[in-house]
Amino acid sequence: MLAYIVRRLLYAIPILIGVNLITFALFFVVNSPDDMARMQLGVKRVTPEAIDKWKMERGYDKPLLWNAKAAGIDQATETIFFRKSARMFAFDFGRADDGRDIAREIRGRMAPSLAVALPVFALGLFAAVSFALLLVYFRASYLDFAGVVLCVAMMSVSGLFYIIGGQWLVSKIWHLVPISGYAGGLDTAKFIVLPVIISVVGGIGSSTRWYRTLFLEEISKDYVRTARAKGLSERAVLFGHVLRNALIPILTGVVVLIPLLFMGSLLIESFFGIPGLGSYTIDAINAQDFAVVRAMVFIGSLLYIVGLLLTDISYTLVDPRVRLQ
Amino acid sequence: MKPVLLWSDALLFLLLALVFAGGWWSRRQAHLRDAWQKVGAGGTAMAAATVLAAFLVVGVLDSVHYRERLPDAGNEPGKGPVAYSNEVLSALDALLLPLKTRTEKTYSAPLATHLFAKESLDGEGRDFPRLKHGGAHLGAALDGHDGDVAARVVIGFGIGVALWLPLWLFARWRKFGGSGTAIRAVLGTALVLLLIAGPVASLAAGYHVLGTDKVGQDVLYLTLKSIRTGLLIGTLTTLIMLPAAVLLGILAGYVGGWVDDLIQYLYTVLNSIPGVLLIAAAVLMMQVIIDTHPDWFATAAARADARLLALCLILGVTSWTGLARLLRGETLKLREMDYVQAARAFGVGRLAIMLRHILPNLMHIVLIALVMDFSGLVLAEAVLSYVGIGVDPNTISFGAMINAARMELAREPMVWWSLAAAFAFMFALVLAANLFADAVRDAFDPRAVK
Repeated sequence: MLAYIVRRLLYAIPILIGVNLITFALFFVVNSPDDMARMQLGVKRVTPEAIDKWKMERGYDKPLLWNAKAAGIDQATETIFFRKSARMFAFDFGRADDGRDIAREIRGRMAPSLAVALPVFALGLFAAVSFALLLVYFRASYLDFAGVVLCVAMMSVSGLFYIIGGQWLVSKIWHLVPISGYAGGLDTAKFIVLPVIISVVGGIGSSTRWYRTLFLEEISKDYVRTARAKGLSERAVLFGHVLRNALIPILTGVVVLIPLLFMGSLLIESFFGIPGLGSYTIDAINAQDFAVVRAMVFIGSLLYIVGLLLTDISYTLVDPRVRLQ
Repeated sequence: MKPVLLWSDALLFLLLALVFAGGWWSRRQAHLRDAWQKVGAGGTAMAAATVLAAFLVVGVLDSVHYRERLPDAGNEPGKGPVAYSNEVLSALDALLLPLKTRTEKTYSAPLATHLFAKESLDGEGRDFPRLKHGGAHLGAALDGHDGDVAARVVIGFGIGVALWLPLWLFARWRKFGGSGTAIRAVLGTALVLLLIAGPVASLAAGYHVLGTDKVGQDVLYLTLKSIRTGLLIGTLTTLIMLPAAVLLGILAGYVGGWVDDLIQYLYTVLNSIPGVLLIAAAVLMMQVIIDTHPDWFATAAARADARLLALCLILGVTSWTGLARLLRGETLKLREMDYVQAARAFGVGRLAIMLRHILPNLMHIVLIALVMDFSGLVLAEAVLSYVGIGVDPNTISFGAMINAARMELAREPMVWWSLAAAFAFMFALVLAANLFADAVRDAFDPRAVK
């Protein structure tokens, strides 16, 4: 088991290098730092000196991959690739355009992101699995049909509609919670309750339908018929057999998302003014702050790879047939 | 008039040609014909297909582009250089010319005759100014407003029914119902659509049916124009990524060995970058390229089109991995099948086996992917445009409409019509696509759970 985890972690290294190379290519080769400087400075102030100054300030004035002018080891280290991309492996992301340290900013913003994302994840999973079980319990009835129709209809509504509509109805018309904002401590609940509910409602349609399909696939298997033939009640069959066996495909989709919860949700955070990583990313995109976007790409990939590893480990916990080697 | 073929138009027409060719080809393949007949027998699926067809007609009309010829400035007719307008118009623009040109000053509610906000009129205090075009035929008195609206709705119903009757007679005459196709669902949906379109059209001749937006543009016009953007994003993304996904998926599955390792590595890397971030990074970069090379594009429409295609390409890069993985898995299964083994024993080359024996048996997966991805992509466009990494600001799209209108909910009384129109049209499009996709999947996927 331990050897397996170590090997998977080692396997993650080439993938992270690949991610790093892609972002490097996107940000520095497809577009030279000159192009970025020109875009950042705007049309009016573009002079060669201004561009050089902009590049100097951000450390983009070095050669891309190989510094012929430097001596010894500096030939490889005094380059944009080493300074900007390779340093990310040490979680050194440099500074954002506004001068703040990106790594520090990210650490500070994880808590608000998690405060919203964790309840959304837990509640969403619980609600979707319960509804799916309910539909399966009443399968092939009008209730099941109506439930599926409702799911498809809810899937077809834009996520923006849930957010805008929810804010309008709950905050503006009913005055139940603040429209947006965030505070630490006990006040947090007041601010996160609406985003959490909206996210859960927005995601429930597709996941309920997906889980229902999984349960139905499981319920048509022979061991379920055997269980019924033994005289087990429908409830015992559903919870004791169907749910447990359907957990395996559910886990594939769900566990990989857990590390990514740290990243927060772009839309929810920016609509509700929650100072998490999602809104940090959106602000960086809007301000065209390439350093921040690069850092977020790297962290997101890292978390995804951790998620894949967790998925594999979770298989052994729920399915004794799976042996990791 | 000079026809203009934007890249996205060309790709859309290519896609339509592929769909027709595929349809013609599958008529002669018994198993495909059976599957399509199963789709055709479903009432919901055919109703959804009818709605999609209506959207497609609007989208295709909006993809026939041309540039107006400018009147010769002072020259003798026939002499001097011929100048064309910089504005690229479409056939839909020509049809909706009144809607496009009759702009007001700013917001006005649906069917209103006055602007939404009070303004100071010269010498008469503050009041709601009269609209320039909405209800202009009523004259100054305005007493006939409600009666006029009612009359137009009735006329519209008449037009709708009149357009529907030939369809109905045609269906009766050709006896479509006998072939097991759910023709009643098609006719019923068509009747509902025409009963909506008729009154809307007859009202649109005199009013702004869905109101006007901040700069006074007719919201109905904007929503109709948005349809093309949604359709393009939903279909071209899959079309663009298809060759790469099919090629790499089959290669990985059939050749195996280091090729498989390399391709798997490639898609694990791409997959591990969170989609939105990769899209954001790529769109930002694409924008830099487009901005630094203004000479590549003849018109603003060509530039917006380049950005739209770039967005499709990037969305495709982030989403081909799922399809490639599915195709790889299926190929692994197919290569052990007896008929492939037999072909190999006969000495058929690798390439020929992949092309003639494996590829046709993967087509149902490709088709399912094409229809299943559509609705998600339409929804994604709206979100991306909100984040600021969607289509060009000059492109009319649902996302751009929502983005422009969302701050107006805070107004008192609020401006709800642009948002409502965008969300309603999007909902209809995505719901129809979801229902149709489900039917196609059920008919073509041998493992689908009923």
